Amino acid sequence: MREWADFELVEGEGGPVLRVSGPLTVAGIAPLDTRLRELDDIAAIDIAGITAIDTVGAWTVWRSAMRMDAEVRGASDKATRLIEAVKAAENTAAITPPRSRLLERVPEAVGIKVSGMLVGMKDMVGFLGLTIAAFGALVRHPRRFPMLAVIRQIELVGVSSLGIIGLMSFLIGIVVAQQGAVQLQQFGAEIYTINLTGRLTMRELGVLMTAIMVAGRSGSAFAAQIGTMKLTEEVDAMRTIGVSPMERLVVPRVLAAVLMMPLLGFYSAVIAIVGGAFIANFALDIPFWTFLSRIREVVPMTDLYVGLVKAPVFGLIVAMSGCYQGMQVSGNAEEVGLRTTLAVVQAIFMVIVLDAFFAVFFTEIGWA
Amino acid sequence: MGSERAEELIEQAESEAQSTPPEFTGEYPIVVEGITNRFGEQVVHDNLSLKVKRGEILGVVGGSGTGKSVLMRSIIGLQVPSEGSIEVLGQSITDAEEDGDIDIRSRWGVLFQGGALFSTLTVAENVEVPLKQFYPELSNELRQEIARYKVRLSGLPEEATSKYPSELSGGMKKRAGLARALALDPELLFLDEPTAGLDPIGAAAFDRLTRELAETLGLTVFLITHDLDTLHAICDRVAVLADKKVIAVGTIPELLATDHPWIQEYFNGPRGRAAEATHTRSMSGTMDKDSKGGA
Repeated sequence: MREWADFELVEGEGGPVLRVSGPLTVAGIAPLDTRLRELDDIAAIDIAGITAIDTVGAWTVWRSAMRMDAEVRGASDKATRLIEAVKAAENTAAITPPRSRLLERVPEAVGIKVSGMLVGMKDMVGFLGLTIAAFGALVRHPRRFPMLAVIRQIELVGVSSLGIIGLMSFLIGIVVAQQGAVQLQQFGAEIYTINLTGRLTMRELGVLMTAIMVAGRSGSAFAAQIGTMKLTEEVDAMRTIGVSPMERLVVPRVLAAVLMMPLLGFYSAVIAIVGGAFIANFALDIPFWTFLSRIREVVPMTDLYVGLVKAPVFGLIVAMSGCYQGMQVSGNAEEVGLRTTLAVVQAIFMVIVLDAFFAVFFTEIGWA
Repeated sequence: MGSERAEELIEQAESEAQSTPPEFTGEYPIVVEGITNRFGEQVVHDNLSLKVKRGEILGVVGGSGTGKSVLMRSIIGLQVPSEGSIEVLGQSITDAEEDGDIDIRSRWGVLFQGGALFSTLTVAENVEVPLKQFYPELSNELRQEIARYKVRLSGLPEEATSKYPSELSGGMKKRAGLARALALDPELLFLDEPTAGLDPIGAAAFDRLTRELAETLGLTVFLITHDLDTLHAICDRVAVLADKKVIAVGTIPELLATDHPWIQEYFNGPRGRAAEATHTRSMSGTMDKDSKGGA
């Protein structure tokens, strides 16, 4: 059973006196507080009959006394002390910062976003310039070239992602071949499943899906690693020792991504074709090896070139946005998460936009 | 209408079967008996015992890695010791099978080292969290009033009320953490290195605030610290952790009388002597208690 503070009104000299009883603590004050707020015209509050008091009780008594201009009677030493303490702690500030009206907030947010985009683009181009300058410096001073770091990044970006990219590509090959076959069967052209799978994966899907995977796997890692190093002042420490963070951190990552993307993209396309051949073997009665040898006849070399030209560009974009966002981290750990997300979103977005541009471009120049 | 609402609230609160916590009248609100804490092979505490007296400020000292924070985490039920028993305010912590079994959480407040404020809430909203959790029957008005005065009670300026933790300095974060720890007017207060990372002036002000609040609110304080000035200035007793145990508990003069090498080095090292000298000087001086204090 829970006890609650209660009160009764008695007539006293000078007006009604509020006689409080029960525990005047945070656990027992709720109903008393609600009722007190509705009272007016009390001459005094008598708290001699309470069983306990804490700062919440003291606050309630003092606030009511102030509002009704009443005096507090019968306060014990402890009660007096607590009332003095809360009196000194009066605070009229708002609980949350003021928010502007929706009508003002939305345009403001849009404006900040748009101007941020412009600044971001300019900074990004500046960052590209810094990276190229760092490359130039390394070409002039080949002994500074961070060979070990490059090899390490090649392992992380390339070798250790073979498993996940292989699995993804295999499944995509299966889906493309199987779904394509269902449609093509309607006019008896299921043999064109081979053309569909081969050309689509070589030209588009292999490289595109790989870029998205690398953005999620490595681009995010770049941003988080460099961002954390910024936070722990490792980047500043490098600068003070005279080591360029652009040369040591950014160049190896960009180089690894640019070198690995064509290989990964090609690998992905090949595995996707194997996936297509695999499903064709079971679902379409096209033997596995027939599927593979037909690929050589129906996929022109230009499709391979289209894929291979795009791959390093995508790799550059993914690595650049990862490193750029990482370098932008400042302040607190929350920012690392924010920048990592931004790096991935930005990279995937730019990759897809550029892919659309490449698709039109290559068709126009006759590599259809 | 108001009294109807009040009755409704009473019913609601009673249906949640909460009972008024009885005031703890025993002598030792915290009793730790023979606890052993192990992390894999590493033994942090071995058969450690400690009693905290009601109404005192107990300082807990020890070298880095002697398990001061682990001891605090054990007492508040965040870390289950492999052996031994812990009783807080007469209730066993070690017998609790799950989190819900410990129903005295509303009667202690904890200030973690970094403040551990909820980063998406303002300072005042942080203070409101325990109030909402334990006393949902409080009206919004009263809850906000409580949050406001607690913020000031912890020595923060009014402007800090609506600020987010990321906008506060280290010292202000600790004060905000203290405000949240005091939200429910607890009987017990746990402070984990409250003055670490504060400048000497801020640290001294925080010490003064702790002492004042402990006296005004009648708190029992379990205070982990490295700060020799804090020990001299506000602690009634000091417990020394070394060799996986509490090797000594007592006032500083009592500790100095023991001949354990670590205690001797700790209090009689250059820093220990300096802190003691400062303290005796300020005691024999005019006792100039800063009038603006914390409150």
